[in-house]
Amino acid sequence: MHLPLITLVALPFAGSLIAALLPTNARNAESTLAGVIALLCAVQVALLFPDIAAGQVIRQDIPWLPSLGLNFVLRMDGFAWMFSMLVLGIGALVVLYARYYMSPADPVPRFFAFLLAFMGAMSGVVLSGNLFQMVLFWELTSLFSFLLIGYWHHRKDARRGARMALTVTGAGGLCLVAGVVLLGHIAGSYDLDVVLAAGDAVRAHPLYRPMLVLVLLGAFTKSAQFPFQFWLPNAMAAPTPVSAYLHSATMVKAGVFLLARLWPVLAGTDEWFWLVTGAGLATLLVGGFAAIFQNDLKGLLAYSTISHLGLITTLLGLNSPLAAVAAVFHILNHATFKASLFMAVGVIDHETGTRDIRRLSGLARYMPVTATLATVAAAAMAGVPLLNGFISKEMFFSEAVFLAASPGIDRALPVVAVVAGMFSVAYSLRFTVEVFLGRDKCGALPRQPHEPPRWMRAPISVLVLACLVVGTLPQWSIQRILETAARPVVGVLPDFDLAVWHGFNLPLWMSLLSLVGGIALFFALRSPMRRGHLAKAPLIGRINGKRVFRSLLARLTLAGRHTRRLFGTRRLQMQLMLLVLVTLVAAAVPLRRLGSEALLAGGDRAMLEFSPMFALMWLVGAGAAIGAVWQAKYHRLTALALMSVAGLVTVITFAWFSAPDLALTQLSVEAVTTVLIMLGLRWLPKRLEDVGRSQPLRVRARARVRRGRDLSIALCAGAGLALLSWAMMTRSFPQSISPFFLERALPEGGGRNVVNVMLVDFRGFDTLGEITVLGVVALTVYALLRRFRPAPESAGLPPQQQALPADLVTDLVDPYSDEDPARGYLMVPAVLIRLVLPLAAMIAVYLFMRGHNEPGGGFVAGLVLSTAFIVQYVVSGTQWVEAHMDLRPQRWIAFGLLTATATGLGSFALGYPFLTTHTAHVSLPLIGDLHVASALFYDIGVFLLVVGATLLILTALGHQSVRGRRVRDNEEDERKEGAH
Amino acid sequence: MSLLANVSMEFLVATGIGWVTACGVYLMLRGRSFPVVLGLTLLGYAVNIFIFVMGRLWSGAPPILGQGAVQADPLPQALVLTAIVIGFATTGFVIELALRSRAEAGTDHVDGREPGERPERDA
Repeated sequence: MHLPLITLVALPFAGSLIAALLPTNARNAESTLAGVIALLCAVQVALLFPDIAAGQVIRQDIPWLPSLGLNFVLRMDGFAWMFSMLVLGIGALVVLYARYYMSPADPVPRFFAFLLAFMGAMSGVVLSGNLFQMVLFWELTSLFSFLLIGYWHHRKDARRGARMALTVTGAGGLCLVAGVVLLGHIAGSYDLDVVLAAGDAVRAHPLYRPMLVLVLLGAFTKSAQFPFQFWLPNAMAAPTPVSAYLHSATMVKAGVFLLARLWPVLAGTDEWFWLVTGAGLATLLVGGFAAIFQNDLKGLLAYSTISHLGLITTLLGLNSPLAAVAAVFHILNHATFKASLFMAVGVIDHETGTRDIRRLSGLARYMPVTATLATVAAAAMAGVPLLNGFISKEMFFSEAVFLAASPGIDRALPVVAVVAGMFSVAYSLRFTVEVFLGRDKCGALPRQPHEPPRWMRAPISVLVLACLVVGTLPQWSIQRILETAARPVVGVLPDFDLAVWHGFNLPLWMSLLSLVGGIALFFALRSPMRRGHLAKAPLIGRINGKRVFRSLLARLTLAGRHTRRLFGTRRLQMQLMLLVLVTLVAAAVPLRRLGSEALLAGGDRAMLEFSPMFALMWLVGAGAAIGAVWQAKYHRLTALALMSVAGLVTVITFAWFSAPDLALTQLSVEAVTTVLIMLGLRWLPKRLEDVGRSQPLRVRARARVRRGRDLSIALCAGAGLALLSWAMMTRSFPQSISPFFLERALPEGGGRNVVNVMLVDFRGFDTLGEITVLGVVALTVYALLRRFRPAPESAGLPPQQQALPADLVTDLVDPYSDEDPARGYLMVPAVLIRLVLPLAAMIAVYLFMRGHNEPGGGFVAGLVLSTAFIVQYVVSGTQWVEAHMDLRPQRWIAFGLLTATATGLGSFALGYPFLTTHTAHVSLPLIGDLHVASALFYDIGVFLLVVGATLLILTALGHQSVRGRRVRDNEEDERKEGAH
Repeated sequence: MSLLANVSMEFLVATGIGWVTACGVYLMLRGRSFPVVLGLTLLGYAVNIFIFVMGRLWSGAPPILGQGAVQADPLPQALVLTAIVIGFATTGFVIELALRSRAEAGTDHVDGREPGERPERDA
């Protein structure tokens, strides 16, 4: 009985949460927790081996969004098994190592929490049975590696390295998302099993190339392949256990994992060969070459990781099953020796205080065990016989020799292979000979070196033992595991023999050549490097990936800033003009194609006869509009009045052309809008004519040019709209959906006024949205003005009031201080206006009730009632109204919205869709039979909300005069106090 | 020109729409918030009529059943009715925004600063 697969992913994440909550100094508890979780999961995976080796694929489906075909799928085949083993097994060793590596001063909860979460994410990547899910975990690994690399966030290099890693791998991850979308589209499913079976269809698809490039970008950035290799050396700012983990079993291996995972689907084409092998070979050479010249031990290992990843990528790119098997094998081998090497570097750093090869020498005297272990691991890295690295490298050599590709590659590949082998021998020698052998320079080191605690060394020993066992007894130890792991990648396993001794064949000679060449290279470079030459790798040392990356980022930021300056919201006036211009151009293009002549000529529809009255009205309207433009700058009240005249002409136009409802609504809105703008006018600064005239000539000339430009834009816009409406109106009425409404309004909507029936019934949902907007706007206005303080210069008395002499005896009342302003000259209007209120309410009810059959309805009724209220404010003043009437517009809004929504929901209760209208016949005593539609209640909601919203918008503004008064009073008080 | 012979209600309405649009757009391109609000309202008139006449011009045929043989197209009317109310809400919002912006920025220019002033340095 095994635990379900989900535990392998969920346990580390759960552990991460627990670890985050433990106290800062609980180093032992933290590491025990993490270690137990990693070990438990690793044992769990190990126990699954017999099933997996028998060819079984374990699958666990957890329904998530089954309607979209998205399930949380976990799936373990041989390859995923091997990777889980690496992730969890090496994870457990890293945890043990980290227990001793981390200093008591480091905040360990954060460390172990991130490490466990990273482990969970990595195990999620390898176990995902769904591509999207894999990408999700993939991005999580980028995120947690960012947090781990930046663990010592007080260090600048850590922050920078972490940011670079995140930027590069995150950007690649985005490409991968796009690639996966394409891949899933091509394969017809995102389920891994389906995708793996759809290889032929995928490779033949026209979208194969873009998809391949995108997926490869994701894999190459993650696996630090050329030209994205630069982030990896910068990521070594991480604590060494993290580096050991990221460089060996996880993170960078995720990229090659993906390549191998999708090998059955994507490989086998020329594009795959050139792209993958090309990137792999470049990485192999560049990484190996650069590694030789590193003086930082971690840097050396980082570049060697790049180089080995290049080797794995190359093997996967060769389109040969045997090479793919070698790739899987090398993934395994590299993980073991690289993890142990990083740990050894951590020990050296820990015990001596430096990682600089130039300062280290003769360490074998002080830490013989560590030195031995590190030397063996480095030998494995160099590909020395009887170690695991040798076998996989041998496989690479034989593939390089026997591969039948195009002639150029045929010859070049073995040469490249040998050269890369020489590099790896050379840097392995540098790692061991320079550090452990040679003169004793330990006196100059920051700390006196000695052996580390035994348990810190234990993980290294385990890994080095694995290198040895695999290297000497491959058939016994690793053959079956490798077969199991490689089978899902290549499908049908090719024959391969993991013997140490194959006889004197070409690959062996190549191995020897690279060994000898590497040794020669090491000694050739040794003395110049000791003398301080070649501090940077020749040829490629000048190309600084970090600098390129940084300048790229800086350019990107700069471009973003420029774009924002161009298109940002800083200059609204300019933007509005651009908006109008773009609209003009967008409209002009189709108009040009049609030809304005044809549009001007008009259509076939019989036109309405010319009416002199209407022509007169046209003149009034046009005159008012241009008058408003003329006066808008200096005589704002005049402009406002003229604008209202244009509004009234609009009202008459609606009424003239058979739209009584629109005329009514526009009329009431007109009144409210005028009051609204008038209220606002009080707080906007006045412009003085003589100031404009006294400006310098240049400024005025420029203003004239600007006005001319705007005028021509405006005329173009006007001409365009006129042309468009002319062309439309003169053509016949097309069959639209309107007959539907005309036919159904009475039988189904129960009303004769089709417009009203549409608003409250057919298009009721639309109206619900609209009244919601209205309510939201009203509340926003309220919120905007709640904290508003008028500008000091507009807080003073209006000039008309200032003109009065202080000692004037008048019956003028001050509406602010007077309890009832309905005295003196205001008595008559106040009394009349108060009488209007009940009348207006009656008219509102009348308009509301007839709305379903005659012009009227909730909107108009609401506007009429709120106008009546506003008139009270205008005449009697804010204070009097609010002392005598408890209006609370917010409640009107709330009840309106609730009524409308509840009416709509009511139809659910009867089993109909939202907002279905019901009609019922009710007989009431005295009144008789009544035809009641549920739309009536809906309209009540509309009515309530319109009253509330209008009142709230207007009173919020009206209250400013009370505020302004207060500001003024305060100032006067202060002045008086100052005078005393 | 055949245009003069074509002086019909359609012609008047079309030119009226164009004229008010031009006035509205010109005002909207001004820099101070008050003319912009006026322009917005004027443009609102023109656009509402424009949408309304997409149902063509009808005289004496309101979309009320039982009052005549023909009815004007109710669809644009229903749309415009909503547009009028929303237009009012927008005007209310814009004017209060203008007030607030004037109080915060110290100017009633729509850019939030006087035309000659240097913009704030980018962070």
